[in-house]
Amino acid sequence: MAVFGSLSQPLPADPTPVETPSVDWAAAAPLLVLVGGALVLMLWSSFVRSRRATHLYTAFTCLVAVGAIGAVVPLWREVQDADRGPFSTFGGAVGVDGFSLFMTVVIAVAVALAALFIDDYLRREQLESVEPFVLVLLSAAGGVIMSQANDLIVLFLGLEILSIAVYVLAASHRRRVTSQEAGVKYFVLGAFSSAFFLYGIALVYGGTGTTNLIEILEYFSTTVVTDDGLVLAGLALMLVGLGFKVAAVPFHFWTPDVYQGSPTPMVTWMASGVKAAGFAGLIRVLVLAFDAYAVDWQPIVFALAVATLFVGAVLAVVQTDVKRMMAYSSINHAGFVLVGVQAATDQGVEAALFYLAAYTFLIAGTFGVITLVGRRGDGHHRLDDYRGLARTQPGLALVLTLFLLAQAGVPLTSGFFAKFYVIVAAVDAGSTVLAVVAMLSSVISAYLYLRITVSLYMSDPTEEGAPRLRVPVAAGIALALCVAVTLVAGVWPGSIAETARDAVPVLAAVG
Amino acid sequence: MIPGLLASQNAGHSAPGFDVLTALVLVPAVGALLVVLVPRARAELLRGVAVLAAAATGALALWLLAAFEVGEAGYQFETNREWISDFGIAWHVGVDGISLFLVVLTALLFPIAILGATPAHDPKPYYAWLLLLEAGCLGVFVALDLFMFFVMFEIVLVPMYFLIGGWGYGNRVYAALKFFLFTMFGSIFMLVGIVATAFLHRDAVEDANRAERQEILAELEGEEPTPAEEARIAELEADVPLTFDVVEIAESRTIVDDSESANPVDWSAARWLFLAFAIAFAVKVPLFPVHTWLPDAHTEAPTAGSVILAGVLLKLGTYGLLRFGLYLFPDAANFFAPTLVTLGVIGIIYGAIVAAMQRDLKRLVAYSSVAHLGFIVLGTFAITSQGLQGGLLQNINHGLSTGALFLLVGMISDRRHTREIAALRGLQKVAPVFAAVFTVVMLSSIGLPGLNGFVGEFLVLVGSFLTRRWWAVVAAAGVILAALYLLWAYQRVFHGEVDEDNRGFAELTWREGAVLAPLLALIVFLGVYPKPVLERMQPAVDRLIEHVEGNSDFVSPEVGRRGEQPADEDDAGGAEAADAGADEHAEAGK
Repeated sequence: MAVFGSLSQPLPADPTPVETPSVDWAAAAPLLVLVGGALVLMLWSSFVRSRRATHLYTAFTCLVAVGAIGAVVPLWREVQDADRGPFSTFGGAVGVDGFSLFMTVVIAVAVALAALFIDDYLRREQLESVEPFVLVLLSAAGGVIMSQANDLIVLFLGLEILSIAVYVLAASHRRRVTSQEAGVKYFVLGAFSSAFFLYGIALVYGGTGTTNLIEILEYFSTTVVTDDGLVLAGLALMLVGLGFKVAAVPFHFWTPDVYQGSPTPMVTWMASGVKAAGFAGLIRVLVLAFDAYAVDWQPIVFALAVATLFVGAVLAVVQTDVKRMMAYSSINHAGFVLVGVQAATDQGVEAALFYLAAYTFLIAGTFGVITLVGRRGDGHHRLDDYRGLARTQPGLALVLTLFLLAQAGVPLTSGFFAKFYVIVAAVDAGSTVLAVVAMLSSVISAYLYLRITVSLYMSDPTEEGAPRLRVPVAAGIALALCVAVTLVAGVWPGSIAETARDAVPVLAAVG
Repeated sequence: MIPGLLASQNAGHSAPGFDVLTALVLVPAVGALLVVLVPRARAELLRGVAVLAAAATGALALWLLAAFEVGEAGYQFETNREWISDFGIAWHVGVDGISLFLVVLTALLFPIAILGATPAHDPKPYYAWLLLLEAGCLGVFVALDLFMFFVMFEIVLVPMYFLIGGWGYGNRVYAALKFFLFTMFGSIFMLVGIVATAFLHRDAVEDANRAERQEILAELEGEEPTPAEEARIAELEADVPLTFDVVEIAESRTIVDDSESANPVDWSAARWLFLAFAIAFAVKVPLFPVHTWLPDAHTEAPTAGSVILAGVLLKLGTYGLLRFGLYLFPDAANFFAPTLVTLGVIGIIYGAIVAAMQRDLKRLVAYSSVAHLGFIVLGTFAITSQGLQGGLLQNINHGLSTGALFLLVGMISDRRHTREIAALRGLQKVAPVFAAVFTVVMLSSIGLPGLNGFVGEFLVLVGSFLTRRWWAVVAAAGVILAALYLLWAYQRVFHGEVDEDNRGFAELTWREGAVLAPLLALIVFLGVYPKPVLERMQPAVDRLIEHVEGNSDFVSPEVGRRGEQPADEDDAGGAEAADAGADEHAEAGK
């Protein structure tokens, strides 16, 4: 922050009065809505005694998410306005640009979708309580902080707010040991990675004398660093911390275990919102602040992307548990976003944003269906449990098939355009090899998605007379939304793509 | 994207107001939607709705054929609409003599396939997938935008995957997966290739603009530019938008193969791009050695699936090689032509030999496709007017005859619940009409003079003899092999004494006859009088050859050159061919 920044300069001869940083409260409105919503929800729940209040909590959470999106709208106008443009506030620690606003919307959407799936789950598992909703809202607030962070310390703050809430969410099924195990595993490894990140910040501070991204950018543009070992080491350590959050190989080992053990609707949030926030942080640090070091980090991200793409795709294929499959496939998707990041261009960022937006709906929808098929006890996740689902639940099977095909990148779905934009960005940036590698991995992962459709459509049910699943209203709304976005963005991707293009990240000075 | 300019180039014959090609793609898609909307209680309507949608598409295609201007080399019925303006992606459709007959073939085969075979279960998704498949296939043949082409090319996989996997025979899941993954593997290279092509084209145009601007400025030597020059300079300084338009990229010849050596390290981008496209199409065709998905998919698919697979889907590959290989990258295509021709000839011989070894009648027909498609590739990359026309004609012929063969084999398998050649005997005795129909179709597939297969194969051999003599010689042996495996199979299935199992083999019903009748009529008609097809193809084919000649070191052989022949060379050639080739075929027939 500014305080740290000033330390690097020699103290002035006559001290001037301390200036408190300017605060633009309107700029923090989306964040305030999320945090305020979480607090109100928590207070409210202590007055409500009814056990049937889950519906209300869900509705309120969705309302808060919509409110956050609503709060973004005037800011977006302001940022797109040629006279105003992107700006920083809180003494340059928080940046309001198209990028952070876009990510805020993606995160808010993920909150709403997750809440809709959590609703029925809690009733089914007799876990009715307000905490999951509050935790999702708080962790979303952390995500928003991450995507707005113009300072490494703020980024770390967001990361921790985000993560700690998610650790609790992972362990939130009190009666299942696997959920507890997932929570502990996630917590221990997550804490470890946070330490890496923090150490990285310290080294970067040592190397540049500031933690502020704007000042780092300025520093590199005005200074020729002859001995940059410290900065590079710091950058590498930060990459470890952020790589963990986005589940990039080789920092992915927690993902399958945690996804498998955690309550399924919570995984919806982990796979969509948390991953998006992680990428927001990654892009702000790498593409924005360390632009000058692109030559150094691009090969690293290249290698990470290749490993992430292939490990995700190949290991997904050999799984027999659908949640683990999706965990590995989400690793493969992270690889695609990394391909966009690797381009280190506006187009690359645009592609990554589009991918994250499209992917949020896809993965939320997929895990939504998995939540439903999991049935009471959240235990029916073997591939065999999906056999013949097309016979018993044609609608649900069709919806799942759509999400799977979209994830495989079949045209006329949003997933195809997500991959297409990434490929365009990679080719434009001269990484044609990476583009080919990415698409090769998508063929491998296509086998995985097809395997599930084989179970759905081309196999007979293993046990006759399994009770027909009822699709609850809330989950139905969420699934309909996901289907609609997947199809519409699959034919007319223009509006999302144009918004993503306008959402270029900028490190703007305080204004 | 300059739609106005493009439209004005070729708009001469488009029917304003009614966009027939877009309608062609949309009618089956809407039909699929209608099929889905048919209520469960009225399941008997499903077939009717599906047939109606397919027949309406067929009628549109016939209207297209009638309205098509003969002797016109350019694209007709063109429409160019913005789709994703950011990337200059457009819904650009049009047909020329090359794609016209593939469109018509597709639109005719689908109603026949739908009428010719009924699904064993779940008719609703079955018909919906078939109609979606039709929309995709038609989309591929009319697309003049690389991106749109890719979308259609790829979307075709999904319905076919579900058709094979859902309604196929024994090993259907394996076959469906193999089909999907093989084709997808091929097309990913094409996707990257398409994107790279668009960018290279843009960069080349930018360079050209920059050079021209420099030139104008240099000529001015500091003097004030005239308003016209000023406008030109502003135009040249403007950002060049991306475009995926096939015609624009191909005609402007921005991606040129200027590499001299055969060493892959020195290859120019054009060669790599051609290779990226060629891999996708080689899998689809399929060329040896990436053909292994075909026998599985064809054998395990339901009858309608096999008919469409052989009749239409394989043509996506050969058409792609022509339109996106030869047309987009003429010089690189010329460089790779020997390789492709060799693979084609290997396919002819290999397919024939393996077909002869098959015990399963359907698998035999499947392998015969490998051989036939080898002919098409040979004709295409001989790059002569006769070869290309023969290849195109062979596309149609193969669709008709192999489509009919698959229908017949499907009927046999429905009646006898086996396709083992060894289990079938003496069918001619119990079902003479069935046997007669089978004979005609089989002889067309062999290439007997007087039937359509002969005209195509002969033109291919003549055309390739001009530029690739020894390949043509080897390929001609393939014709004899085709006679060998088909006649031998016919002998084993239809001749001999009827045994107990085959005594109940039912004769061809009227309905089955009605389904096969249009195919038989076309088989005979095209064999006797191919002129209507050839005269519509020729201008487009000649234009393509000129395009290749003008943009590569390829030189047409003396005899094959267009101007030095009598105007009606081709149909006259066809007639003479009948005499010239008769000996060979008579011999083969023995």
